[in-house]
Amino acid sequence: MSFIHLIGFVLKVGHFILMLCCSMSCLITSVEMKLNQSGKLWVKFVEIFTKYSSMINVHNYQHIGSRKLRKTWLKKLLILWIAFGTIVCLWIFWYLRSQALEKRKETLGNMCDERARMLQDQFNVSMNHVQAMSILISTFHHGKNPSAIDQETFAKYTERTAFERPLTSGVAYAVRVLHSEREQFEKQQGWTIKKMPLIKKDKYNPEELEPSPIQPEYAPVIFAQETVAHVISLDMFTGKEDRENVLRARALGKGVLTAPLDLVKSNRLGVILTFAVYNRDLPSNATQGERIKATDGYLGGVYDIRSLVEKLLQQLASKQTIYVNVYDTTNISNPISMYGTNVPDTGLEHVSPLNFGDPSRKHEMRCRFTQVPPWQILAISTSFGIFVITMLVGHIFHATVNRIAKVEDDYHEMSVLKKHAEDADLAKSQFLATVSHEIRTPMNGVLGMLDMLMDTVLDVTQQDYVRTAQASGKALVSLINAVLDQAKIESGKLELEAVHFELRAILDDVLSLFSGKSQEKGIELAAYVSDKVPETLIGDPGRFRQIITNLMGNSIKFTEKGHIFVTVHLQEEVMDTIDVESESSSKDTLSGLPVADRNRSWEVFRPMGQNAGPSESITLIISVEDTGVGIPLDAQNRIFTPFMQVGPSISRIHGGTGIGLSISKCLVNLMNGEIGFSSVPNIGSTFTFTAVFLNPNGQQVNGQSKSNSQFCNMLAVIVDQRPIRAEVSRYHIQPLGMHVKIVPSLTGMRSLLTKGSQTVHVVLVEEDIWDQDLSKSSAFVYKLRNLDHQVPPKLFLLTNSIGGPRQCNGFSSPPVITKPLRVNMLAGSLQRAMGGYKDNARNGEIPNLSKLLIGRKILVVDDNNVNLRVAAGALKKYGAEVTCADSGKKAISLLEPPHAFDACFMDIQMPEMDGFQATKMIRKTEHTINNRIQNGDLLLQDYAYISKWHVPILAMTADVIQATHEQCLRSGMDGYVSKPFEANQLYQEVSRFFL
Amino acid sequence: MSSVLQLQRQFIDYTTSLHNEGYLDNQFTELQKLQDESNPDFVTEVVSMYFEDSDKLLNNLTTALQQRNVDYKQVDAHAHQFKGSSSSIGAKRVTNVCAHFKGFCEAKNLDGCLRCLQQVKQEYIFFRNKLEALFRLEQQILQAGGSVPMVE
Repeated sequence: MSFIHLIGFVLKVGHFILMLCCSMSCLITSVEMKLNQSGKLWVKFVEIFTKYSSMINVHNYQHIGSRKLRKTWLKKLLILWIAFGTIVCLWIFWYLRSQALEKRKETLGNMCDERARMLQDQFNVSMNHVQAMSILISTFHHGKNPSAIDQETFAKYTERTAFERPLTSGVAYAVRVLHSEREQFEKQQGWTIKKMPLIKKDKYNPEELEPSPIQPEYAPVIFAQETVAHVISLDMFTGKEDRENVLRARALGKGVLTAPLDLVKSNRLGVILTFAVYNRDLPSNATQGERIKATDGYLGGVYDIRSLVEKLLQQLASKQTIYVNVYDTTNISNPISMYGTNVPDTGLEHVSPLNFGDPSRKHEMRCRFTQVPPWQILAISTSFGIFVITMLVGHIFHATVNRIAKVEDDYHEMSVLKKHAEDADLAKSQFLATVSHEIRTPMNGVLGMLDMLMDTVLDVTQQDYVRTAQASGKALVSLINAVLDQAKIESGKLELEAVHFELRAILDDVLSLFSGKSQEKGIELAAYVSDKVPETLIGDPGRFRQIITNLMGNSIKFTEKGHIFVTVHLQEEVMDTIDVESESSSKDTLSGLPVADRNRSWEVFRPMGQNAGPSESITLIISVEDTGVGIPLDAQNRIFTPFMQVGPSISRIHGGTGIGLSISKCLVNLMNGEIGFSSVPNIGSTFTFTAVFLNPNGQQVNGQSKSNSQFCNMLAVIVDQRPIRAEVSRYHIQPLGMHVKIVPSLTGMRSLLTKGSQTVHVVLVEEDIWDQDLSKSSAFVYKLRNLDHQVPPKLFLLTNSIGGPRQCNGFSSPPVITKPLRVNMLAGSLQRAMGGYKDNARNGEIPNLSKLLIGRKILVVDDNNVNLRVAAGALKKYGAEVTCADSGKKAISLLEPPHAFDACFMDIQMPEMDGFQATKMIRKTEHTINNRIQNGDLLLQDYAYISKWHVPILAMTADVIQATHEQCLRSGMDGYVSKPFEANQLYQEVSRFFL
Repeated sequence: MSSVLQLQRQFIDYTTSLHNEGYLDNQFTELQKLQDESNPDFVTEVVSMYFEDSDKLLNNLTTALQQRNVDYKQVDAHAHQFKGSSSSIGAKRVTNVCAHFKGFCEAKNLDGCLRCLQQVKQEYIFFRNKLEALFRLEQQILQAGGSVPMVE
């Protein structure tokens, strides 16, 4: 039972430890295995591990030495674990061993008890029979007269009933003879009563026996079994043991036993059982005296213990496994061995008491295993196994701890290295920033000198050299600027400015920049800004332009045919995707060529809600779509990495350093936007970015508010089969104040003209429609000229490339407007063509400027009289009222509020006080006064009811370096115009304030 | 009438040559554009003002450079002024030389400055002569009853 329990317990413990072991060894073995298996998995594992250890690390990072502490702690834990394991296995060993011992003891006890019981039973059986014989003698010897028993009868009877007494070797009967009766008795029997011989005589000869000495009474044996016939005539009173026995038996009336003694003649160790035979049936409570008086004789049985026990043991199985010893322990201090050999002590001994029915005698059986207990194989192996497992777990633990420590160390090393690397990177960026700045300054000098060299008298070769040098210099400066930007961004020094700017104007600028190239290549270049985008925005126009220029520059580099299309929308507008552009199918593009799916380029962007800034901020989404070669799939994931190009051959073919996109990405990030792209090789790429700007008005202004009076309410018809292209054309024409209609073909146009009630002023025909069928086109021209209307509509061709003059069937080709369309350019072209309508304009821009400047009070500040005079003259030309000041100080006093000036043009470089200082002073004064008005210190009516004084100040400078521009803005100026005035630029700057 | 036409052609040719030789640039054309009925003598006014200023400036420059300790800052300021007004007038070559002049001033190169001063004086005198000739031509045209043609 308990053994099974034990096995169960051990199994459970084993299972638990195995599980523990598995889970930990998994960790380690998998490490080892994966090491061999594949590096990737291993790296991943290490990553996880490192993360884990770094977590610990971060946790403990502050306490220097806590790692060491932890290490010693873990070491202690390890030792504890091993000690625990050792104790457990020792305990299990002890437990198992004790269990085995217990079991052995039990087995021994059982065997011993069994033997003792059997011995006792058989003894009792024999005793009972001897007692029965005593009754037989009492009945038939003493009860009958003459006796019915003689020696012969007795011997025969006892011989035949010997099986009833398996333990006795013989029985004999001695009669009680008083001394007075001795003679008569001897005579009657025919022999004298003899004395018992001394024990341990070698020979037993009855003839040599001496007659019994005279005693008060005798107990001569008269009957005996054949086996003990030699004791007849011996007086039992003469043997010491026998006498005691006889006396005791007579007094007690029960069977009594002698101590083991050497039997007469056989010399074997034996025990004699004696029963008294009484002449009458005594009551059980008879006194000793009565009993002695009633005694007739004594019946004795001889037990040969050795043979008896051997006979008994032979009946039992497995007699060899144990030694049996039987002792008489009446005298406890000196037990007498009755049976058994002295064998070496085998440790375990079991004692079973024996009760042979004589209360004055005590016997016991002592049993021993014949063999020493066997080795406890089970206990040893189990505990050893557990010990091994413990050590194994300990080893695993140790290995794990070591591994963690190693990984931690590695991590530390890595983080230190990483920090070094980052420091180095930062240092590099700073160095780059400094160096490129330092390079830029002398480069400007070089370029300026080259410029001047160009203006001197040079021959053709020299001019070519200078031009080349200038172009190279410019390329170098732009490259340095790019590097500077990159470095600035990396070192976190780049900050965006927040000024008012016109998005549409910037787009037009960029388009003009690329118009030359696109016309050369015959690529259609177009921009479209959604009506919902406000006219002016607050942000960094320079950087915005840089991004657009970068993207478009790339596009134009890689596009040989088709189009490049820039679209600007509000983000929410695009997300709704209910728009002309977004519902377009892939075929319906600007040039009809397929393009990359635009939606895919922004699908990774954050959802709208997440970049919610202040309420007046608006998020624009700008896409640049081209039909170029596209980006190879394998290069797509690294195009935003600095200095990475699609392939090394790219820079050789197309030039560039590969930092444009990376800078753009950084700039977009600075504008709280995102940039993405989708590209299909040989189809094209679409780059999309978002940028967050502030809306100065807080509300959206419709772009049409700035309508040119000259073209107001005119009707323009665009003949174009492609809705998108027509939409773009409409976008450019509408700001002029014209109404725009779109018809898909010349036939449609013709029907519109014939039945139309409206007067059509301008007809714009796309080149491809015109070229489709030249005869049809000429017919159309003819038709136009002979229209019933008073004034035939003006016909224009919209074309991408500069071609030669066109001739078709005798008609000269209509005037051509070369794309990209821009508002200014378009207005100029239309004005030129429609000169007949309006005759006031010598220069297309002047009406605009006049409109802006007429009646404006403008202060011009310049220390140079000539310059002052020229500037004043120019502004007067546009209808402005000009006041002149020849120093900064005068300007300050004139511009102290309240004043009536609408704007101030200020020279920068002036003696005494330059333009920057003057502007700063003016702004300071304005600020103080504004504050005081706000606080109520000054009365509003004294200041023409203007609570916020801020006169626009524009710098006049011949120096158009970006740095100067930045300085202008820093010192509180609102913009700058180049000196001498350039009408277009003047218009652009002035329009920001006077619209 | 033919003489007017001839004069006008002569005027155009002369102006074009002035442009081509680099004496004048577009700024002068712009100035001419600014002249209209409301401001009939604008160009003459400005040019004569330029000449006055320039004479003064050249004097100043000469004296400044004759000092024992030349104050380059001062010289630079004069040169700048001269450069500014020249560029406003459209006197291209004068402007260019002024730019060189400024460069030498920054470098504090006395020799260069003196050389430049000579050059500037020379260019200025050339320019003055050419312009005065141009104005004479213009006057002749006006006296002949023609209008001064615009040269783009």
